[in-house]
Amino acid sequence: MAPRDLTMSEAARVAGARVDLLLIAEMVRPGSRVLDVGSGDGELLELLATTRGCDARGIELSREGVNAGVARGLPIIQGDADVDLADYPDNSFDYVILSQTIQATRRPKWVLEQMLRVGTHAIVSFPNFGFWRMRLDLLLNGRMPSTENLPYSWHDTPNIHFCTIRDFVALVEEVGAQIDRAAALNGYGHPVRFNLPWAVWNLLGEQAVFLLSRKG
Amino acid sequence: MSDSTALRDLPAYEAARGEADHPHSAVVRFGADTPLQLDAGGVLTPFQIAYQTYGTLNAARSNAILLCHALSGDQHAANVHPVTGKPGWWETLVGPGKPIDTERFFVIASNVLGGCLGTTGPSSTNPATGQPYGLDLPVVTIRDMVRAQAMLIDHLGIEKLLAVVGGSMGGMQVLQWAASYPERVFAAMPIATAARHSAQNIAFHEVGRQAVMADPEWRGGRYLQEGTSPRRGLSVARMAAHITYMSDSSLHRKFGRRLQDRDGHTFSFDADFQVESYLRHQGEAFVDRFDANSYLYVTRAMDYFDLAADYGGVLANAFKGSKTRFCLVSFTSDWLFTTADSRAIVHALNASGAQVSFAEIESDKGHDSFLLDEPEFSAITRGFIDAAARAVGAL
Repeated sequence: MAPRDLTMSEAARVAGARVDLLLIAEMVRPGSRVLDVGSGDGELLELLATTRGCDARGIELSREGVNAGVARGLPIIQGDADVDLADYPDNSFDYVILSQTIQATRRPKWVLEQMLRVGTHAIVSFPNFGFWRMRLDLLLNGRMPSTENLPYSWHDTPNIHFCTIRDFVALVEEVGAQIDRAAALNGYGHPVRFNLPWAVWNLLGEQAVFLLSRKG
Repeated sequence: MSDSTALRDLPAYEAARGEADHPHSAVVRFGADTPLQLDAGGVLTPFQIAYQTYGTLNAARSNAILLCHALSGDQHAANVHPVTGKPGWWETLVGPGKPIDTERFFVIASNVLGGCLGTTGPSSTNPATGQPYGLDLPVVTIRDMVRAQAMLIDHLGIEKLLAVVGGSMGGMQVLQWAASYPERVFAAMPIATAARHSAQNIAFHEVGRQAVMADPEWRGGRYLQEGTSPRRGLSVARMAAHITYMSDSSLHRKFGRRLQDRDGHTFSFDADFQVESYLRHQGEAFVDRFDANSYLYVTRAMDYFDLAADYGGVLANAFKGSKTRFCLVSFTSDWLFTTADSRAIVHALNASGAQVSFAEIESDKGHDSFLLDEPEFSAITRGFIDAAARAVGAL
């Protein structure tokens, strides 16, 4: 399928939240059950609960993130996506979200498969390593790229499994899922506006958001 | 009864003894028409529950929070203790403006069944004989304790509790509440606890009980009738248990190898080390406020606790379809009720689809952390309780 632009009507009403989180929230059906894997301090959970009326729960690896979120009254458990997704029953959520986290998992493919088992839908957002500025950086400087959103140096980073948009599309095919919606954000944090082939998104998108479901 | 004179010279002990039948607390008496069913078989009747309340029940009766105390705790969670004169055991967390805010919530704390501060226990007078029950009291379980608490909550006219909160054995009661009465618990907060008592923990309890029973003053459990008191045995039991409530590093920080009021080793079995002196003090102070037979009964109740066993061996079944929201808390240095114990409960709650939060708090103070001032723990408690109160419109 060809990628499609998203309307931002819902998103525009909520000031202050990150654009990628707004994009995700817009993909979620109001009132649904959501599991956010790698929920940080609960920003997306709060957004989903307040703007979409969701029963939104989180798993977070860092103690600081969990404790900050729980102190705000959000249902977050301390856990590791690479292990703990196995404990959830089939179809126990409408959506399982992995926001800016897939590149930090040890087993991205296993995690994606588990998400599609636990949830009817999976939503994945990630930094696109095929973004033109990354390519240019590597080409000109010959060093691993480091950007405002990804400030880590190569040897001291939680991000061990970077991919490009095209890599991710290939992984989706490999696990037998289908892409229901997709969106990319350019270097200014704005959604890429036009229907374009993946190869172009792969150049222009600094971040990507995919809504997936099981095939058939 | 030659020993009785010596015993009665101990005012604290006498005060504690007096609390068993006539406590400095509100008491509700359940007569022959409302017997308590016991897991051991048969019923307990009559019996009484001693309890404290803080704050005011709102018109909608939606702001009630039940606190469940641990092994050596009692109903005096947030008031000066009538026997020891010390502050309540949870004043770090409970009081005006505190995370469990008595200006906004109606907080209830009751003495457990088998206890010795006014709820029927082995030191209470058996109405059939006019003598203390001693070992004639049937062995009670965590579920019996919770069944009795539910009768108290009925008596107070409360249909649904906003929250049930407790640590250690109190956490076991919270889990039992959520399993037995899911429709009566909106939010449950089991802290530093486990869904079953481990072999290691049963072993520690057995050491404590043997210490009590090996004391010749125990007299087969009839020490009250015979005017003796197994002070040495109960004190040793408390000393052993107290070690399990602390961590290696907190003992080291508090005492190290420092000596107690002396410059060198005395080459004797005196309390040369500060840690020895501290433990002896802990043991002595405990004996003044706690009944030895109660120690046997309450530790036994914990040993028997295995929630999954009541649900076909599958813990998730205990919470099937539960609408209760849970918040579990563990502490990094707690080796008595570990993070792994809490995580096992979280896994079961996830499998049953319940809404659950779980936080592990960094602390080097061991199991006792839940009784101490831990700012992160306080913040989590406040956040969880406030969110629950908002959800039911009780704020």
